[in-house]
Amino acid sequence: MACFVVPMTEAIIVSVVKHIAKKKEEKALSEASTLGKGEDVSFMEENHTTQTGLSWTQKLGWLNALLWGGVFLLAVEHIWHGEVILWPPFLTAMRNPNDIPIMLHEMASVGTSMAIFVTLVWVGMVFIAEQKMKRSFCKGFNRN
Amino acid sequence: MYFILTALAAIVTTILWYRISEDKYQLSTLCFIYWGATLMWLVDHVIAFLDEGGAFFEMTLDATLLGIIVVLCGFFVWGMITFVKVTKGTLKN
Repeated sequence: MACFVVPMTEAIIVSVVKHIAKKKEEKALSEASTLGKGEDVSFMEENHTTQTGLSWTQKLGWLNALLWGGVFLLAVEHIWHGEVILWPPFLTAMRNPNDIPIMLHEMASVGTSMAIFVTLVWVGMVFIAEQKMKRSFCKGFNRN
Repeated sequence: MYFILTALAAIVTTILWYRISEDKYQLSTLCFIYWGATLMWLVDHVIAFLDEGGAFFEMTLDATLLGIIVVLCGFFVWGMITFVKVTKGTLKN
């Protein structure tokens, strides 16, 4: 009925967090550039990137794309099934008071499960990407 | 059927993205769009199957049409994002 509302809420929160992380990274970079070109600025970057070089903006960007992509296509499906309309109250279940508890139950069960599952997949993805990059970094280091 | 079509689109896009090693044309964005929807529908289908039983996949003409429209919508959004990035000059490579 409106299960995609839960991942959409998570997507909005992630977008805000990503925006804040991006601002912090830009600030750190500008501070680093003011220190001078010859100086070591790696300690500035350590706060915002891991050993593998993946920044939080990049990692959150993946979660953001997964969530917004899924939410958009699910919204299309809900429009197709007549569960979502493009004018108020937007959710057809809101028209009938008897449907509201069913809708809320679906949001709590299916919507929350969707959000948790997508987040878990993202955690796995970040872990694998970091391990892979660490390994390639070590290989390159050993060659030198 | 829309779940199967979206999952297929996600797999094909991921293979294409993997073959083109550089993220030209922002194919990773298209992968994320399709995979996001596939994961969400997987959860939806599993919960519906456990709660109500019946067929896991909906094999009707309506569901097939929806699948095609959903895949096209994902493609359209990716096209729009890429177009905006090209016009802004922020596209990689």
